[in-house]
Amino acid sequence: MPEVLKAPLVVEFPFTRSLGPVQSAFLTGLRERVVLGVRTRDGRTLVPPVEYDPVTAEEIRDLVEVAPTGTVTTWAWNHEPRRGQPLSSPFAWVLVRLDGADTALLHVLDAPGPDAVRTGMRVRVRWAEDRVGAITDIACFEPYDGDPAQPTGHSGEFEAPVTGIVAPARLDYTYSPGRAQTAYINALADRRAVGERCPSCRKVYVPPRGACPTCGVATSEQVEVGPAGTVTTFCIVNIKAKNLDIEVPYVYAHIALDGADLALHGRIGGIPYDQVRMGLRVEPVWTEGGRYPDHYRPTGEPDADYEIYKELL
Amino acid sequence: MSKEPVAVVGIGQTKHVAARRDVSIAGLVREAAQRALDDAELTWADIDAVVIGKAPDFFEGVMMPELYLADALGAVGKPMLRVHTAGSVGGSTALVAANLVAARVHGTVLTLAFEKQSESNAMWGLSLPIPFQQPLLAGAGGFFAPHVRAYMRRTGAPDTVGSLVAYKDRRNALKNPYAHLHEHDITLEKVQASPMLWDPIRYSETCPSSDGACAMVLTGRAGAARAPRPAAWMLGGAMRSEPTLFAGKDAVSPQAGKDCAADVYRQAGIADPRRDIDAVEMYVPFSWYEPMWLENLGFADEGEGWKLTESGVTELDGDLPVNMSGGVLSTNPIGASGMIRFAEAALQVRGQAGEHQVDGARKVLGHAYGGGSQFFSMWLVGSEPPDA
Amino acid sequence: MTAVTRDIAVVAFAQSDVLRSTAEQSEVEMLMPVLHDVLDRTGLKTGDIGFTCSGSCDYLAGRAFSFTLALDGVGAWPPISESHVEMDGAWALYEAWTKLLSGDADTALVYSYGKSSPGSVRDVLTRQLDPYYVAPLWPDSVALAALQAQALIDAGDTDEPALAGIGARSRATDNTRAQLRGSVPQGDYVVRPLRTGDCPPVGDGAAAVILAAGERARELCSRPAWIRGIDHRIEAHGLGVRDLTDSPSTRLAAEKAGAFERPLDTAELHAPFSSQEVVLCKALGLDGNVRVNPSGGALAANPMMAAGLIRIGEAASRIHRGESDRALAHATSGPCLQQNLVAVLEGDPR
Repeated sequence: MPEVLKAPLVVEFPFTRSLGPVQSAFLTGLRERVVLGVRTRDGRTLVPPVEYDPVTAEEIRDLVEVAPTGTVTTWAWNHEPRRGQPLSSPFAWVLVRLDGADTALLHVLDAPGPDAVRTGMRVRVRWAEDRVGAITDIACFEPYDGDPAQPTGHSGEFEAPVTGIVAPARLDYTYSPGRAQTAYINALADRRAVGERCPSCRKVYVPPRGACPTCGVATSEQVEVGPAGTVTTFCIVNIKAKNLDIEVPYVYAHIALDGADLALHGRIGGIPYDQVRMGLRVEPVWTEGGRYPDHYRPTGEPDADYEIYKELL
Repeated sequence: MSKEPVAVVGIGQTKHVAARRDVSIAGLVREAAQRALDDAELTWADIDAVVIGKAPDFFEGVMMPELYLADALGAVGKPMLRVHTAGSVGGSTALVAANLVAARVHGTVLTLAFEKQSESNAMWGLSLPIPFQQPLLAGAGGFFAPHVRAYMRRTGAPDTVGSLVAYKDRRNALKNPYAHLHEHDITLEKVQASPMLWDPIRYSETCPSSDGACAMVLTGRAGAARAPRPAAWMLGGAMRSEPTLFAGKDAVSPQAGKDCAADVYRQAGIADPRRDIDAVEMYVPFSWYEPMWLENLGFADEGEGWKLTESGVTELDGDLPVNMSGGVLSTNPIGASGMIRFAEAALQVRGQAGEHQVDGARKVLGHAYGGGSQFFSMWLVGSEPPDA
Repeated sequence: MTAVTRDIAVVAFAQSDVLRSTAEQSEVEMLMPVLHDVLDRTGLKTGDIGFTCSGSCDYLAGRAFSFTLALDGVGAWPPISESHVEMDGAWALYEAWTKLLSGDADTALVYSYGKSSPGSVRDVLTRQLDPYYVAPLWPDSVALAALQAQALIDAGDTDEPALAGIGARSRATDNTRAQLRGSVPQGDYVVRPLRTGDCPPVGDGAAAVILAAGERARELCSRPAWIRGIDHRIEAHGLGVRDLTDSPSTRLAAEKAGAFERPLDTAELHAPFSSQEVVLCKALGLDGNVRVNPSGGALAANPMMAAGLIRIGEAASRIHRGESDRALAHATSGPCLQQNLVAVLEGDPR
């Protein structure tokens, strides 16, 4: 069996997250070097402040300032920081219960090594130099042996509060299309459309997906189809899609290649867009280096009869 | 052994808009859930389990967001299930929740579906740059428009039918305070003059992109007896799936849709849906899907669906009103859209639909679909409990 | 409330080999042989199944709607009654169980699959976390488990040699499907105090189960694994509001599932990290009389989204084979055991 294809797949987006009042106050506070918690009805102070009481599910809005100093409740030494993590040199992950809080905040601790970290040690916030209203406005925690800092009793009201954050996220994958699609894509390199026939119902799938979707069995018998086919249905695209360098209007069509039992999709060219019709006979047009046909153009044959392709829309 | 009858005793929705910039994701879902609880006059402590649904996690960039939402939905210490069946998910989620009650696993269940599309861009989430694959040659509408053309070819429907649906749904939306689009100056001429995006689909015949959530409180006979307002009773409910793409697939009238409807009608004792069902909330993301689904769901013979639309039968004051709420064409928080159909059907039989209430609605169908027209979920709700 | 009483059993279980990478197979190519295997064990065909439910997660392989293509492997034609959870397959089994319980179906096919190899699962799982306060710090799954492990060590519940012993015992399994077997070096710290041997292998795999109700179960299996109880519970999301050394949700689910009513002989626990087995054993009160993870558990093979369903399948298989009479199966989801499911399975008296 030939080697399966593999290629990088990057899933990346800068998500725009609106915050709501409690999270807005907390993150704005960090910008202003103020740490806020939220008080539950039974008097616990939760830091970081959440919008809903995890015990009673009540909505909670009673903000209260706590100290930027606190105590490590557990820790873990990370000798190999990963992309996106707050520090690029080895650090400790920590849960810190800030002075005045009843719950712990997850962040990182800058320390020389694991021997310098223990549960129960005292730490304080090290503020980031550039603060924008985000959890990363706390650059990290650092060891601290002074007295608990005294909160100033901030009200939680700020000038120009942040109401949203942009959270960029990037994940890197290695994509492989598997056996059947690899064979199909490799054949396309020779400008051949090779599908697979179901051993049970005998239908030919192009592109093959490795399984006959109606019979639930593996397909393996390779069948070359096309190159010509029939436009079974289509639409005229008048709106320019992002990342597509095609002048509108153009025709996007379902094309049943001769010998295939399922239509595939392609663009129709070589004919004015308003003259494309169901039943039009077409053939692929390749461009240098293209993995797929650039488009399909009329063959000049008479149109196919609707009865012949009506199951292949 | 008989199933516990399932009653909808609480319904809540957010005001659906393009971007809810004033709330977090938790704040959005909480708003709908709290309204459903308030409607049922219940508290968080009265809820035994939570069933939540949404479409792909990439839309908000939060993997399995129910984990983070457990606190906001009062689920701590309770069972929480997360359903994902593509576009039909809002309906499927309600059915999974209903079955917990029917099987007497739980007494009272909160079910909720949401999408906060403004956190990202749905087209990004739907078209991740998968290597080796042919790029999608058309936007979302391009996926549906060829099927619409196939329907027109098959039935000979005049090309104005789509605009009639859009005009109706946008007018209905004006009577629904929760609907996203409120186009006060809408006219049929404006719909018909809107740009042709994916011929034969015009701009005004497409759905918007919304932030929104919808929630329902489901309970059994005892819970319904304690409820402050009339209950909607589930008379039948079903899910059906077929493969995404296959030889011989009828994308215009998928077999899974027909089978799903037939199962619901069998459970509910519906012999003639056109006569026995008073109104329908169906999942119509592009206007032409109304006549298509009218046929698929058995309200019209094959090829005849567009005639119901054209003759005004599906208008709010027609004989079989469709999408009284304004439908998906007016409001589309993707993962929630199916549940909104189910909830709006329930609102009708409870007599709680306000300005878009259909007088005397006693049996109403809620319908959702998704994927490549392959996943279907439906329920029929009534104003009276099922015969024991 | 009167419970609907209907006896429901796991009557068949199948799973793939769990491998570090299955790049030569698409998801459906990996899944389909497992579906055929589980159906063959009962002689059922897709069309005989009353309800189908699957569990998977788009984020693992980085593709939206990946489950829609996996459905190709089922052969869903004519159309089937079917649903999907974006969760481990153990919760798909729970949904199917309720469907049988309500009488809507007599048999159910449950499957799940996960391909962790295309991405970096440690980083992918950071996307599960609070998107405002936590996810922007990218704390990976090993780091969070390490915080939990240190809390256990501080509480005197375990120490590093004991954790190493859990890994070694797990991998001493005779489970030929497992990814890691036999003597595996405990290795260096990944995130201290967790070493390589305390962490699950990253791999791809699939699993499937068939459920049947009442007499149908007896027809399909000579010794059905009856589900005497099944329940699941979730905890607060924030690690800083939880006691990481305990798992109250596991204990509550076990109580609701009837786990404490009579002694167990076997427990299949979904503990991806050695330290989490300590938490679970403590929460469940398991003592030396209960054989824990004869399959090797998640420390021997942890195909994401299938590893929980595999615990149920492994427990059921031991009952099928007469090696257990009453077994507990557990599945987990979320950071540091946030969500937990417990099923209690029994064989007919011998």
